[in-house]
Amino acid sequence: MESSKVIHALYNDDEVLLDAVKAVKEEHHHIEEVFCPFPVHGLDKAMGIAPTRLAITAFMYGITGLSIAIWMTNYMMIQDWPQDIGGKPSFSWIENMPAFVPILFELTVFFAAHLMVITFYMRSRIWPFKEAENPDPRTTDDHFLMEIPVKESAVEELTTLLTKTGAVEINVVDKH
Amino acid sequence: MSHYEAPIREPLVLGDKSYHDITEDIARPIEGKANKNWYMAFYISLAAMLWGFGCIFYTVGTGIGVWGLSKNIGWAWDITNFVWWVGIGHAGTLISAVLLLFRQKWRMAINRSAEAMTIFAVFQAGLFPIIHMGRPWNGYWVLPIPNQFGSLWVNFNSPLLWDVFAISTYLSVSLVFWWTGLLPDFATIRDRAVKPFQKKIYALVSFGWSGRAKDWQRFEEVSLVLAGLATPLVLSVHTIVSFDFATSINPGWHSTIFPPYFVAGAIFSGFAMVQTLLGIMRKVTNMEAYITRMHIEYMNIVIILTGGIVAVAYATEFFIAWYTGSPYEYYTYLSIGAETGPYGWAFWSLLICNIFTPQLLWIKKIRRSFIWSFIISIVINIGMWFERFDIIAIVLSKGHLPSTWWRFEPTFVDVGIFIGTIGFFFVLFLLYARTFPVIPIAEMKTILKSSGEGYKKRREQGIPTKPTVVLAEKKIIEVDSTDKKDKK
Repeated sequence: MESSKVIHALYNDDEVLLDAVKAVKEEHHHIEEVFCPFPVHGLDKAMGIAPTRLAITAFMYGITGLSIAIWMTNYMMIQDWPQDIGGKPSFSWIENMPAFVPILFELTVFFAAHLMVITFYMRSRIWPFKEAENPDPRTTDDHFLMEIPVKESAVEELTTLLTKTGAVEINVVDKH
Repeated sequence: MSHYEAPIREPLVLGDKSYHDITEDIARPIEGKANKNWYMAFYISLAAMLWGFGCIFYTVGTGIGVWGLSKNIGWAWDITNFVWWVGIGHAGTLISAVLLLFRQKWRMAINRSAEAMTIFAVFQAGLFPIIHMGRPWNGYWVLPIPNQFGSLWVNFNSPLLWDVFAISTYLSVSLVFWWTGLLPDFATIRDRAVKPFQKKIYALVSFGWSGRAKDWQRFEEVSLVLAGLATPLVLSVHTIVSFDFATSINPGWHSTIFPPYFVAGAIFSGFAMVQTLLGIMRKVTNMEAYITRMHIEYMNIVIILTGGIVAVAYATEFFIAWYTGSPYEYYTYLSIGAETGPYGWAFWSLLICNIFTPQLLWIKKIRRSFIWSFIISIVINIGMWFERFDIIAIVLSKGHLPSTWWRFEPTFVDVGIFIGTIGFFFVLFLLYARTFPVIPIAEMKTILKSSGEGYKKRREQGIPTKPTVVLAEKKIIEVDSTDKKDKK
């Protein structure tokens, strides 16, 4: 992109921000990022962010956990050591299946929950010792920051628009 | 009208708070210094914890024989305390997961502390399965790890093994659920921190959370899916704990009602513990504006509901004992012995604490009173301990064969370990209350406009929640990138 500057427009209200996002979108400006102190309902839709697929991954991880649990109980209890423990039938997996249900359930949940959370951390690039990337510390308190890359020539026009939408502060930052 | 809420609903955030006020109020206990009372409570808890650890070392070093168990009563205080602590933990997940699925806004002020309570309670619970082993150093044999014994596996038919999977899944999933919810709040503390060491620590624990729109979208989806997973998890965990008894052949244990009944009891006792803790915490951390009378009342309503389920379960147990025609069942439940025998006091403590006392909560004045809620919650905690004790010890004391009848008496080691876990719990909880945001900062901000007292008043007067945009002069600041780095 040839844009040489980045505009950081700060807002102090979620509803004003939401309107501003819509207004900026209407003028066909690309919003690079919005930093918020809390989830603003409808912001992702207004910005045109695609829905997340984390729930789908969780489902697949759950299936994986279930399969592992089925394989494990079958291998250990039926294939490897088919013993008689208290008269429980160890002839086939299905005969002893009711006793495996708690394990099957727990492992399904275990895999779905943990692998989804790890996926979330990886995708959102958050982990211990990761440096925070919000450009202004106020964005975790009560300010909302909209980041728009802009060409040198269009700075004037865009700042006018942002002021109109109720930005409380506009910073023009050099891109490097 | 995006923040419309029916005027009939009472505010959940008292006073005319702004987003910044919420941050300030919740960050204050973390940024300030602990007072004398905190240190006093901490040292008392620490002493109890160390005493408990001493008792644990004594048990492991000398042998389980130092407990009051006998060849007929092999489980008593150990498993009673285990089930009691697991049960206490369940309210935390219920508040954070089930109430999230039901979109209950009042959960937000209490879920952080309830989850902390869950995790610390499950820590305590997790001690008992290990220390009640005769050979705890072989405890890792419960894991299906390939080994040099021809790969000798575990037996997946045992509820005690299911417990291992249930408790460890429950603890670990609760932990990541809690921690993920904490990331934005740790980031808030990090960005406010003045002291460099504090900034470093909160930068580390907040995992570099930056609050991008995409992050928030994923965050909400992850919270929702985790809530969806934690809800069946919480039901399954106490179900599996109840299987320890329900799958046995002892009259008084072998009962199909145990899974839902234990879960209801867990929520009942867990909510009572949340009530106890929050009753104190709202005062000492000055969170009265966030943990309001409304929250106390809602929790009391859940307590009446689950207490009612528990009462129905008792009645069902007794009815079935009569209806079954089994003399053993009949003896366990309906012989004069149960009510007047050596454990009569435990039986009546249970009925008075769990069934009769909570009925006071039907009275609105009591339900909305902080002091009454606090007293009743303590009574329920005691009652629910007796419920587990009664189920375990009374049943084991009189089994199928009269020559095996025995009476259980705890020793000081039994009691000491229990006191130790209470101390350990409060050590963790007190440390938590000083270093963690005890109320989710980010979540409170999402309900401020719909449920804040100030905003509700404004809506009544017809003032919109959205401030009108005033066209000010342009406030444009030219910053070059080198400047920006210096600012950081």
